[in-house]
Amino acid sequence: MSKKYDTPLLDELEKGPWPSFVKEIKKAAKKSERAADELGQVEKSYKTKRGYWKHGGIVGVLGYGSGVIGRYSSLPEEFPGVAHFHTVRINQPSGWFYTTKALREMCDMWDKYGSGLTNMHGSTGDMILLGTNTESLEPIFAEFSSRGWDLGGSGSAMRTPSCCVGPGRCEWANIDTLDINYALTQEFQDELHRPSFAYKFKIKTAGCAVDCIAAIARADLSIIGTWKGDIKIDQAEVKNYAKNGMDINAEIVDMCPTGCMSYDGKKLKIEDEDCNRCMHCIAKMTKALRPGDERGATLLIGSKAPIVVGAMLSWVVVPFIKLEPPYQELKDLIRKILEWWDENGKARERIGEVIEHKGMRSFLEYVGLPPVPQMIKEPRRDPFFFWAEKDLK
Amino acid sequence: MSLPQRKTDIGPPHYKQFLPPVIQKNYGQWKYHEVLDPGTMVHVAESGDKIYTVRVASPRLLSTDTIREISDIADKYCEGYLRFTSRNNIEFLVSDKSKVEPLKKELKDKGYTVGGIGPRVSNVVHTQGWIHCHSACTDASGLVKAMMDELYDYFTTKELPNKVRLAVACCVNMCGAVHCSDIAIVAVHRKVPTIDHGRLANVCEIPTTIASCPTHAISPDPAKKSVKINPDRCMYCGNCFTVCPPIDIHDPENDGVAIVVGGKVGSLRSNPKFSKLAIPFFYNEPPRWPKVVAAVKNILETYARHAKQHERVGEWIERIGWEKFFKLTGIEFTFQHIDDFKFARETFRTAATFKW
Repeated sequence: MSKKYDTPLLDELEKGPWPSFVKEIKKAAKKSERAADELGQVEKSYKTKRGYWKHGGIVGVLGYGSGVIGRYSSLPEEFPGVAHFHTVRINQPSGWFYTTKALREMCDMWDKYGSGLTNMHGSTGDMILLGTNTESLEPIFAEFSSRGWDLGGSGSAMRTPSCCVGPGRCEWANIDTLDINYALTQEFQDELHRPSFAYKFKIKTAGCAVDCIAAIARADLSIIGTWKGDIKIDQAEVKNYAKNGMDINAEIVDMCPTGCMSYDGKKLKIEDEDCNRCMHCIAKMTKALRPGDERGATLLIGSKAPIVVGAMLSWVVVPFIKLEPPYQELKDLIRKILEWWDENGKARERIGEVIEHKGMRSFLEYVGLPPVPQMIKEPRRDPFFFWAEKDLK
Repeated sequence: MSLPQRKTDIGPPHYKQFLPPVIQKNYGQWKYHEVLDPGTMVHVAESGDKIYTVRVASPRLLSTDTIREISDIADKYCEGYLRFTSRNNIEFLVSDKSKVEPLKKELKDKGYTVGGIGPRVSNVVHTQGWIHCHSACTDASGLVKAMMDELYDYFTTKELPNKVRLAVACCVNMCGAVHCSDIAIVAVHRKVPTIDHGRLANVCEIPTTIASCPTHAISPDPAKKSVKINPDRCMYCGNCFTVCPPIDIHDPENDGVAIVVGGKVGSLRSNPKFSKLAIPFFYNEPPRWPKVVAAVKNILETYARHAKQHERVGEWIERIGWEKFFKLTGIEFTFQHIDDFKFARETFRTAATFKW
């Protein structure tokens, strides 16, 4: 049915043991003209070492400004199947858990209207449906939404929040990442679907400092679970680790960044007041050590990749917050943060960049957060500080 | 046939309906976990219940046929439940221990790659590349495939001092957290963009275009109703192209990739850190980018030989020092390694305590 292409270069990428994306495109190409032409166009890119996708284009579904990314081939006559090849972002369930029933339903809908190619998943977390035309967008949305699925965020909007596996399958979850993620996604539906920000805003929720979701590097608001109080120690299990060959002094005590641990060959001791909760010891002795009982999260703000003025990691703004349903304090704080960003951000400026040029004080005062030493690595090195009128009293 | 009634702003399906019964029952009550082998771990609940996870690699780009196939497998062994990880692995969630080995056997028989758990390489986070992105200056899926064919054993069997997170970004926008990965590939341009003045006047807003440049290299060109670029200031980031397509930065002859190393996101032992430049440039060599793959393997294996147990790549380099990193890896040090962007002075050495 579909046009066939010789793909000698891509065929090379079917060889070797690692799963091959070329095989995936070929599987889809058996059923879809779009996927077949995708294969042809990518082969051409491999030959000429350049891409053939035109720049963006505004497409979407009625009432939304987000969720669909327009994509057009710059070679529509040569590859008509990818003349339009839009991306549809479907908001993924918290933690990427699925039933096979739901996945099959998704596949049936996507085979009907799209290329049969997906990304499971995109960098923001969404289920990405890759390759459809403009006319199919409304039908796709109607079918998906009638079965309980919605679009994710794109453009200058709240991006689809994402989270780690959390209490679903991890003993280190200090917060209910799945529930927080779901609650925030629901709360900010309007901001997700109708872009009204200066630029993108990402929220990622990790249950602990291991940060399997890369929240600290990629989210404008990074929510990272932590605890207060003493690490719980099961000394019998410590003994078992030693018995089974772990060199507790070399692997645990000496690698503790704060030097708060000691081991005399019998008992592991922790000076919890000096612990910075980095998770090394807990992660290496899963049976013996567990986080303390008072659970909550640290909120950090501002991380992003290098465009435009260099990469940033998120900064601590709330050292500890209890996070329990309905998460009202967190929701209110996020609204305050968005408000400040809205008032001060220029076009295409992420919140971290705005904090850099307006100053952290301006941000903290507006959103109502007091200065605390946990926010900094060290105090400033220069004497060029601002005094506000109220500081002079 | 009429379409079903569309609904708006309903958000995603509630996650709870997708959790296997054993997870529903023991939600938030997990006690500990153990890695049983490179592709299997078990989580044990306070109640004594267990859930086994079998992890397989995916090429991220999945056809609906493959998703149906993994669904069939999950029906057979996992009561119809599975999940994906933040690094695009597929995880089969098994509540019946007796099904773990048969599942692994069937996966291997069907050609799936089981592994990625513990101190090794997990799946590679990457971007769209030539498959679907307008700003790509290399492919991403192809680089990942070529690299992981070579590093396959580090996913399936071989152990490293700690986990090593690889990533590929097909341009400096870095949709894939390359900026905080252990070893990562990022595609870069090397030439000042060309401007289609005729189109620019019709398509672009000039103040926005000027404002998009982080180094203030763009200024108005009133005679042409366009803009001009000061080549001495341009660092080829491509941000101007993103806001104004007639400014074309693609150059197949001069585009290629850089390798950065030493980043991490977790706080274990040392704080999260950015990746730093190891090798500034390789030409694009599709379909298999042999020089890039060899360079990544060299860095990975140098780390594997020299790092202490539990040290991540960045921690190892910080302990031995960058001068020794270049020596051990045999990577040539060039002017590009010395920063000349913002905050460059933070990276210059301020003591005579270096190593020879």
